[in-house]
Amino acid sequence: MNDIAKKLLKEVSGLDEMPKGAYNIRENSKSVARQSSENIEIVSKEDKSGIDIIVKPDTKSENVFIPALVSCSGVHDLVYNDFFIGENADITIIAGCGVSTGDSCDGSEHNGIHRFFLGKNSKVRYVEKHIGEGTGTGKRVIDPVTEVIQEEGSYMEMETTQIKGVDSTRRFTTAKLKDGAKLVIKEKLMTHGEQFAESKFEVDMDGEDSSVNLISRSVARDYSRQTFISKINGNTRCMGHSECDAIIMDHGVVSAIPEITANSLDATLIHEAAIGKIAGDQMIKLMTLGLTEGEAEAKIIDGFLN
Amino acid sequence: MLRLENISFEVENEKEILKDVNLTIEKGKFIAITGPNGGGKSTLARIISGVLKPTKGKITFYGEDITDLSITERAQRGISFGFQQPVRFKGITVHDLVNIAKGEDLSVMEASHYLSEVGLCAKDYINRELNDGLSGGEIKRIEIATIIARNTKLSIFDEPEAGIDLWSFNHLIDIFMKMHQSKENSIVIISHQERILDVADEIIAMVDGAIVKRGAKESVLPELLHCEDPKNCLNCHDILEA
Repeated sequence: MNDIAKKLLKEVSGLDEMPKGAYNIRENSKSVARQSSENIEIVSKEDKSGIDIIVKPDTKSENVFIPALVSCSGVHDLVYNDFFIGENADITIIAGCGVSTGDSCDGSEHNGIHRFFLGKNSKVRYVEKHIGEGTGTGKRVIDPVTEVIQEEGSYMEMETTQIKGVDSTRRFTTAKLKDGAKLVIKEKLMTHGEQFAESKFEVDMDGEDSSVNLISRSVARDYSRQTFISKINGNTRCMGHSECDAIIMDHGVVSAIPEITANSLDATLIHEAAIGKIAGDQMIKLMTLGLTEGEAEAKIIDGFLN
Repeated sequence: MLRLENISFEVENEKEILKDVNLTIEKGKFIAITGPNGGGKSTLARIISGVLKPTKGKITFYGEDITDLSITERAQRGISFGFQQPVRFKGITVHDLVNIAKGEDLSVMEASHYLSEVGLCAKDYINRELNDGLSGGEIKRIEIATIIARNTKLSIFDEPEAGIDLWSFNHLIDIFMKMHQSKENSIVIISHQERILDVADEIIAMVDGAIVKRGAKESVLPELLHCEDPKNCLNCHDILEA
């Protein structure tokens, strides 16, 4: 692994060295390091590029790292990763993708197709960070597709963060929830320059007392554009909530497009969206505490995306 | 310490909000500014803190002309301003705000000290976000805690009692008295509350954008309320409490 890849690895997953337990590190479309643990098995797919991550039932408090790195230009990576989470397991998955194109005018992209199959009463925390680096004009593109199938009583929390350097992203997440299943998605996004980001969610609550909570906080600076599309279908007694909070700066543009459909009298669905520039009172308050205008703006943005 | 000379403030096509105000506040003083709504009290506080710029006049602070200084520059020179309606922030915690106010990264224990000062159980609040989840009284007390943390030469509070319950209000008076023990720092409080007026060194009465009277409570209130005995007058009491 070269220095660029090591730096990307540190930024997307916090790793300085190979972790304990299960991991798979992908660099430039190839698996470069892998380890299974007693409870978490990682195997290559036979029909296409990617891996299966198989977590035994009742596995508790284990982490699995699966970062993907693109450390040069001209790479078009497509990977299929499937996660099979056994009943009553409770694990954390640290994913993430870093794309570096250096000073090249050629772009690179990473498209990860992830499918999660959560067994009954299992619990997954999924943490994913996307970053892009490079000084050249080559575009850095990350288009993730995520499909989540949750059995009865399962819980999934997804934290996705993309703060800098990715020129274009189209994220598409779908989920199907059975009885008592809960899904929480926290998305943080900042775009700048002329970047574009689209985040689209489609969630079907098919089981009684299932629930989803989608929380998106984003900042669009310069001439960047963002679109947030949330489609929630309540098909039985269930609870759905989506919230899009966005700060626009400079010439940034944000669209929030909610679609909530109650197919049952017992479905409770809420969508909230707020888009606007930083409130003048917030700037004034922090300036009365001694911060400059620039420092106040940075504090507000940092807090908002924290 | 603070001197306002011929300060006027007018908004285009509207009436003059401040009219030729002259005011000096000495070091170590506790001044209460009172008067009817619309009299210009909050505007005056905002002009001192730099949130508004006067259309005429000059402001000096410890001999330096600060009329053209920004909010930040005035804050850095030692002026603090507690908002009447504290601002809420998504994602910024109480601990973050106390750190910003103090100008350094405080430990949980150090930051908690300032929350305890305003009667908040620190462990319940230190990591809370300053968002809509806090009540009006809670966020007001946090606002006051940030001013205490700054410990500046001049602290201005715009109606600190607004939104605070009776129990907390009693505590609030103690907070101001404790701050007033410093003979170096001055406090200016805009208030209608008689008990705050009671503990101030001097009262300034503002009506229609002008200072109409300055002095001890006994001399200012009768003129402001057009009543010879406001202390025992139920009508005056109601007006003040309102």
